[in-house]
Amino acid sequence: MLTFGPATAAKGPPEKNDGERVPDQPGSHIIDVRQVAKRFGSGTGAVAALDGVSVGIRRNEFFTLLGPSGCGKTTLLRLIAGFDFPTEGQILLEGEDIAPLPPYKRPVNTVFQSYALFPHMTVGENIGFGLEMLGRPKAAISARVEEMLRLVRMEALRDRRTGQISGGQQQRVALARALAPQPKVLLLDEPLSALDYKLRKEMQIELKRLQHETGITFVFVTHDQEEALTMSDRIAVMSAGKILQVGTPADIYDRPADRFVADFIGETNFLQGRVAGVENGFARVTLASGATIPATVADGFDASRPATVVVRPEHAQAVREGGDLRGRVENTVYFGTDTHIHLRLDDGTPFIVRQQNRRGADCGFAPGEPVGVVVAPEAAQVLRD
Amino acid sequence: MAAADFSREAERREIRRRWLLSLPALLIIFAAASGPLLIVLVYSFLAPGNYGDVRWELSTGAWEQVVLQRDIFDDTLSFADAHLSIFWRSVKLSLMTTVLTLLFGFPTAYFIATRPEGRRELWLFLITIPFWTNLLIRTFALQEVIRQEGIVNTILLRLGLIDQPIQMLYTDFAILLGMTYVYLPLMVLPLYASMERLDFRLVEAGYDLYATRAKVLRRIILPLVKPGIIAGSILVFIPALGAYVTPRVLGGGKNLMLGNLIELQFGQGRNWPLGAALSITLMAIVMIALLVYVRQAGGRSAAHHG
Amino acid sequence: MAEAVSGRLEAATEPRRKAGRDFSVKRLPGFATIALICFFLLYLPIATLVVYAFNAGTSIAIWEGFSLRWFEAAWNNAQVVEASWRSLRIAAAAAVLATVAATMAALATTRTKPYRGLTVKYAFINQPLMVPEIVTAVALLIFFSRVKIWTGYTGLGYLILAHTAFCIPFAYLPIRARLENMDLSLETAAADLYATPWQAFRRVTLPLLWPGILAGLMLAFVISLDDVVITEFVKSGGQDTLPTYMLGQLRRVVTPEMNAISTVFLLISVAVVTLFFFVSRKKS
Repeated sequence: MLTFGPATAAKGPPEKNDGERVPDQPGSHIIDVRQVAKRFGSGTGAVAALDGVSVGIRRNEFFTLLGPSGCGKTTLLRLIAGFDFPTEGQILLEGEDIAPLPPYKRPVNTVFQSYALFPHMTVGENIGFGLEMLGRPKAAISARVEEMLRLVRMEALRDRRTGQISGGQQQRVALARALAPQPKVLLLDEPLSALDYKLRKEMQIELKRLQHETGITFVFVTHDQEEALTMSDRIAVMSAGKILQVGTPADIYDRPADRFVADFIGETNFLQGRVAGVENGFARVTLASGATIPATVADGFDASRPATVVVRPEHAQAVREGGDLRGRVENTVYFGTDTHIHLRLDDGTPFIVRQQNRRGADCGFAPGEPVGVVVAPEAAQVLRD
Repeated sequence: MAAADFSREAERREIRRRWLLSLPALLIIFAAASGPLLIVLVYSFLAPGNYGDVRWELSTGAWEQVVLQRDIFDDTLSFADAHLSIFWRSVKLSLMTTVLTLLFGFPTAYFIATRPEGRRELWLFLITIPFWTNLLIRTFALQEVIRQEGIVNTILLRLGLIDQPIQMLYTDFAILLGMTYVYLPLMVLPLYASMERLDFRLVEAGYDLYATRAKVLRRIILPLVKPGIIAGSILVFIPALGAYVTPRVLGGGKNLMLGNLIELQFGQGRNWPLGAALSITLMAIVMIALLVYVRQAGGRSAAHHG
Repeated sequence: MAEAVSGRLEAATEPRRKAGRDFSVKRLPGFATIALICFFLLYLPIATLVVYAFNAGTSIAIWEGFSLRWFEAAWNNAQVVEASWRSLRIAAAAAVLATVAATMAALATTRTKPYRGLTVKYAFINQPLMVPEIVTAVALLIFFSRVKIWTGYTGLGYLILAHTAFCIPFAYLPIRARLENMDLSLETAAADLYATPWQAFRRVTLPLLWPGILAGLMLAFVISLDDVVITEFVKSGGQDTLPTYMLGQLRRVVTPEMNAISTVFLLISVAVVTLFFFVSRKKS
C-alpha cells in the first residue's frame, strides 16, 4: 500500500556512485522502469516514442533525463506521472507496479513546463490545492503553505492572483505547489525553459538546494546539456526513444558511451583511425594523416574495426611548432573566459581547441597560420562504437 | 501484457464517458428535431384525412400534388401553376435577398472591421442588437414604416414627390424588403469575421504595386474574404427559403412563399400529406444548397492544405 | 552649385505626403457612407415603433401627442400578461435544460483528438440550425399531435421540449468556444495534485468555464423568448406565448398597444444581450 509522508532518506548529499561501473542493489531504487515501450498509432504507421527503456532511479537523487526534442524524455515522465499508459513494460514505485493507479492516486507530483497554475486561484490557494484534495485539515494546509512560501522565498505573494506575478515567480509557485504534498518523487518537465539566462542560472542553484533540503527524489527533464551537467547527480542520455547512457555528469562527459552522447554533451572533436596496438589500457591509434596518438580504450575492443577517437577541446593544446597533429587555423571565436580556435588538420578533419584567455593578451593565433595540436595521453578516448 | 490492458481499459472508459455526456443533448434533439423529420417523410406517403391529420393508407397523391394538379372536370394532369409560382417566388426572392444583403452587408462589415480597436466592439454591439430583436417585432416595425400611413409615404407626400401614397405593403417588394431587413445582420456577422482576420499588409502590398482601389478590392480583398461571403450567403439563403413570418406579415394572404404554402396545408387546406411533401421538398432544396456550400468551403481548405 | 544639386535631390526624393490628405490603406470610397446608411435604416423602423408606443392617439402612424396609456393598457390586458408569463416560464426552463445538455455535450466533443463519431455528434448537435424552422415546426406538429392522442397530455411540456431542442446549439457555441480556449494542462495538473476527475471538474474546469455557460444560458433564453414559428405550430389552444399572441393580433386592427408590448420586449432583449456582451468580455 503506497503511503504518503516525509521522504525516508536522510538529508544531505546523495551517495556518490560510479554510475554503471558498480551495479547497485535493486532495493535502493525508488523508481524502476523495466522494458517500457510506448507506441502511438498502430500498424505500419505506429510511432515508437519509447523503445524498450529500462532505468533505475535512486532515492534522494537528482536524476536528469537529457536528450533532444522527440527523444522520449517527456513521454517517460508522463508515464511515471500517470498521464499516459505504457504499451509494454512496467513502472515500479518502491517496488510496486503503479500502472493500475490513476495520476491522482500516485504519490508523485509534477512541475509542468507551462507551470499550469490555476488562474482563478491565488498563489496560496494554488500551493494548498494538493493538500486540499487529500482532505487535510485547513489549519495544517495553511501552515504547510506558509512553510512552502518560505522555502521558495515568496511569503509576501500569498494572496496575489497568479496572473499578476512574473514568470520567475510563477515558476517558484509551481514548484512550491508540487512540493507541498511531500511526494515521494518530484517530476520536473523542462521547468526552466521559459526563463531568461540569468534567472535560469539562479533557479538551477535554487532547485539543487531544494532537492537537498527536502530530500525528495527529483526527476528532471531537459534538452540543455549544460543544465544537466550542473545540476544532476546522475544523467540518462536519451535519443529516439532509447536510453544511451546512464551515469554521473563526469562519467557522461569524460567517458561517453557512443558517438551520439559524445556529440550531444559539450563540444567534441572526432578523429578517425585504426588501433595499432593496445598496452596497459592505452591504445596507439593511427590516424588518417599518419600521425599516431595514444588513447584510452575499453577492454575487449576489436582492433580490426575502424576506431573513432574523441578529444575534448579543453584537453588539447595549440602550439606553434611540433604537436601530435598539424593543421592550419581557420577561425578564432572569443568567449570571454576562453577562446575557441577552429582549425583544420592536414588530413581535412576539423578540430577545435579551447584555450583559456589571459588578461590583456589575445590567443596568439590568427586565421591562416599553421598550428600544431598536443593531445594529453589520457584525454583521447576510443569510442565503444 | 498488463500494461496494454490498462491502456485499452482506460480508452474504453473514456469512450463510454463521452457517450454518456453527449446523451442528453442527442436524445433531446432526436426527440424534438431530427426524429420527427422521419415522421414527416412517412406522412408524405399517406392520404389526407377529412378533418386534417391523415388516413393510414399508402398514397403518392401528395407528391403528385406538389407539382401537378388534377383538373376537376376532365381529370387530366397539368402543372400546378399556383404551386410552381410559389416555388419560383420563394427561390427568386431568396436569391434576391441574398444579393441585396451582400451588397449592403459588405460595406457595413468592412466598415466595422476597419474601425479602431476600441470602437469596434461598440459597432459590433450595434449590429447585433437588431439580430436579437424578435423577428416579429422587426417585421411589424417595418410594416409600420412602409404602410400607406407610414413614415415613408408621409415624407414623400409632404415633399410633394408623390400625390398618392404608394402601395408598398402586401407586395413582393415588401417581402423582399422585409427579408433583406431581417437577414442583414446574418450576412454582416460572418463577413465581419472573415474581414477581421484580413491581413491589411496584403492590401498595402497591393497599393505598393500600383493597384487602384477598385483593383485592390476586386483582386485582393474579395478573394481573401470569400469564405465569409459564402458563409453569409448560406446563412441568409436557407432561412429566406423557409421564411414564414415575414411573408405572412408583409405579403398579406396573396403573396405566398413556400413556408406559407406549407402552413396552409395544416390549416385551411387540410392536406397534411401535401404539407409533409412540401416540407421534404424544402428540405431537399436546402440540402442541395448546403452541399454546394460544403463543396465550396471544403474545396477551399483543400486548396490551402494541398 | 553643390547646394542646388542636393536641394533638388531632396525635393525629388521627398515622399508625396503633402499632396492632399493622408492615404489610408483601409479606406474604400463610399463604404463608410453605405455602412452608416445601413445602420440608420436598420434602426429606423425600430425607433419608429418605440416612438409610436408613446402615441396618445389610437393610430400606429399618426402622432397625436405623448402618453403612457398603451403601456397601461398592455399591463392590464390579461391575455398579454398571461402570454408574457408563459413565454418567460418556457424560456427559463428551456434555457436551463438546454445549457445543461449543451455543457455536457461540449465537454464530450471539445479538446479531444478526433474520434469516431465526433463529426456525427457535432453535426447532430448543430442540426436545428441547419433545418428551416417551418420544417421542424411541421414535423413537431405531426409528432406531438400523435403523442397528444396517445397520452392525453396537453401541458407545456411539448413547448419546453421543442424549445430546449433548438436552444441547445445556441448554448453550445459559446460554451465550446470557451472550453477550447482552456488549457488542458490545468486539469492534468489538478489530477497530478490528487484531484479525482469530479473534483478536477468542480474546482478547475467549472469555475473557468462558468462565463461561457452563463453566455450560453442567456443566448438560449433570448432565442426561446423570440421564437414564433415553432411555438405557433406546437402550441395547443390557449397556450399563447407573447410572440404568438402578437402574431394573432396582427391580423386585426392594430393599436399602439402592440407598439407598447414590442417596446417592452425589445428592452428585455437588449438588456439580456448587453449582459451577454459583458459576461463574454470579462475574464477573457
